[in-house]
Amino acid sequence: MSLLELRELNKHFGGLHVTNAVNLTLEPGEIHCLIGPNGAGKSTLFRLILGEHHPGSGDILFAGENITALKSFARIHRGLSVKFQVPGVFKGLSVRQNLEIALQSRHRGAELEAEIGRLLTFLGLESEQAQTAGNLSHGQKQWLEIGMAISLKPRLLLLDEPTAGMSPEETHMTGEMVQRLNADGMTVLAIEHDMAFVRQVAQRVTVLHLGQVFAQGSIDEIVADERVAAIYLGQAHA
Amino acid sequence: MTGFLSLFRRLEGPQTVGRGPGFWGLFAVVLAVALAYPLFSDGYTVGNTVYFFVWVFIALSLCIIWGYGGSLSFGQTAFFGIAGYGYGVLTLNFGSAYGFTLVALVIAVGIAALFAVLLGYFMFFGRIAGVFLGIVTLAVTLMLERFMAQTAGPEWHIGSARLNGFNGMSAMPPLTIPWPGEPIVLFADVGLYYFVLGLLVVVYLALRILMNSSFGNVIVAIRENPERAEMLGYDIRKYQLITFVIGAALAGISGVLYTAWGQYITPSSMGMTAAALPLIWVAVGGRSDLTSTVVGTLVVLAAFQALTIYGSQYALVFMGVLLVLTVLIAPNGLVLGVMHWLGRLAARFTQRAG
Ligand SMILES: Nc1ncnc2c1ncn2[C@@H]1O[C@H](COP(=O)(O)OP(=O)(O)OP(=O)(O)O)[C@@H](O)[C@H]1O
Ligand SMILES: [Mg+2]
Repeated sequence: MSLLELRELNKHFGGLHVTNAVNLTLEPGEIHCLIGPNGAGKSTLFRLILGEHHPGSGDILFAGENITALKSFARIHRGLSVKFQVPGVFKGLSVRQNLEIALQSRHRGAELEAEIGRLLTFLGLESEQAQTAGNLSHGQKQWLEIGMAISLKPRLLLLDEPTAGMSPEETHMTGEMVQRLNADGMTVLAIEHDMAFVRQVAQRVTVLHLGQVFAQGSIDEIVADERVAAIYLGQAHA
Repeated sequence: MTGFLSLFRRLEGPQTVGRGPGFWGLFAVVLAVALAYPLFSDGYTVGNTVYFFVWVFIALSLCIIWGYGGSLSFGQTAFFGIAGYGYGVLTLNFGSAYGFTLVALVIAVGIAALFAVLLGYFMFFGRIAGVFLGIVTLAVTLMLERFMAQTAGPEWHIGSARLNGFNGMSAMPPLTIPWPGEPIVLFADVGLYYFVLGLLVVVYLALRILMNSSFGNVIVAIRENPERAEMLGYDIRKYQLITFVIGAALAGISGVLYTAWGQYITPSSMGMTAAALPLIWVAVGGRSDLTSTVVGTLVVLAAFQALTIYGSQYALVFMGVLLVLTVLIAPNGLVLGVMHWLGRLAARFTQRAG
């Protein structure tokens, strides 16, 4: 059984058809990248999956269950988790407290402390733990939010541009993080513009264009696809 | 001993300023002074001090809803009024024998809380937030004021309690503690002082524990970023509703104590000025901390009263100026700013000593 299945999903913003009959299936255990030009509707698709937006028509199935009508927090309880495009950390709180808030519903007391420590190490943020999250660099905020997202031990992790604002080395480290999580059994769906990252992690790639699934395949197939190159070029010229 | 220590630990945390022996030593000194104070003062002055204490509960209600929770409620006075009138209606009907005034206190606060459940459910589950929350809560308190102001006629009564329109309700009994032999009547002097001081200490410490708990964590998370909080699996509407209801109960405590203190309550206690003042105390003190809220409220109230001698219009203008200055100089609150400054000073001092 597939982990996530989008069936004929449609969403309009006024006259704008942002999500146009999208069908997408994720198999458990895969790392899947979603790419496409600016405004293609990638983030909107995430918001539909998360229940922040509601589709005009179509269905969302998670592990076989139809979750289209569920509230966001209930979808999180089913095993979804997200890092937003604009890092959604708790800016006024310390790095440590950010993680504590994410972890506290599953762990208590000494166990909670140990989990926070483990996560800080995984993210490479030990020396920043007392910092106010709002003072972190953009890349560190991304990592902190990834840390908050994975502390829920999700079955499906949604990452919206996880490497935006990162140096090539940091991007590579983020790729390794994602691969380690995947090795532990986490399925990942990542929106990304950075092709080096996509090449590093993606097992399958879906191209979204004007709200529609435009192409799908391995990274090599996608890169070789002239139609795909054309829509990116078209955007560059526009 | 370990139980005692762990309780102490739960009183401290990232959500409250002030920790360690230094803070609690100071706390003990202040408490001792407060306890000894009536011995060195006269009944009238003590009664006046109680009046200040009475308002601290409604200030704390704003502190947790607005300062910690990030939802600006402009209508805490609605719950103040409901509980105050509730106490009046109950005690005017059933008297003060057998400790009923204390039961009335609990019921009146409960009614205010119940009202908050209904209003809060409508607001938070209807996803009303930001400035709209302020507008709705303000509208509710002004509506209640208008309604109570037109209840002058004899047809407006609940049991034997006349509502009395604009003049308000009066002559309800003060709080009375049943005691073998003779019940202790808490008139607005030493007796009521110790009762309210005790209640204040208990509420303050309880709120410290609550705000430093995992519940408090979620509350500040919602203030910082509601979307992120929800995407960590929290049903934020529930947390907001619970905070709102706790806040309403605190405002209700103020309402009952105020009514019992002066043995009267009027519709203007739910009016525009009444609604605005707690916002100023809390903003000037420092809304995001319990201690700065308590200290700020008491200081501003004392200053306000000192100025009223020169005319209450000037005192109100002063309040406005104070608010503007706070927003400009220390947007997080003047008292809180001073507390942070003292904290840094103490840290530097211990660093040098160590
Ligand atoms: N809440 C909204 N109301 C109206 N229009 C919206 C809303 N959210 C997004 N849009 C529009 O929908 C389109 C798709 O937006 P979306 O954010 O999903 O794109 P994207 O693929 O994530 O782009 P980017 O790569 O720039 O992040 C854009 O034209 C955007 O302006
Ligand atoms: Mg986007």
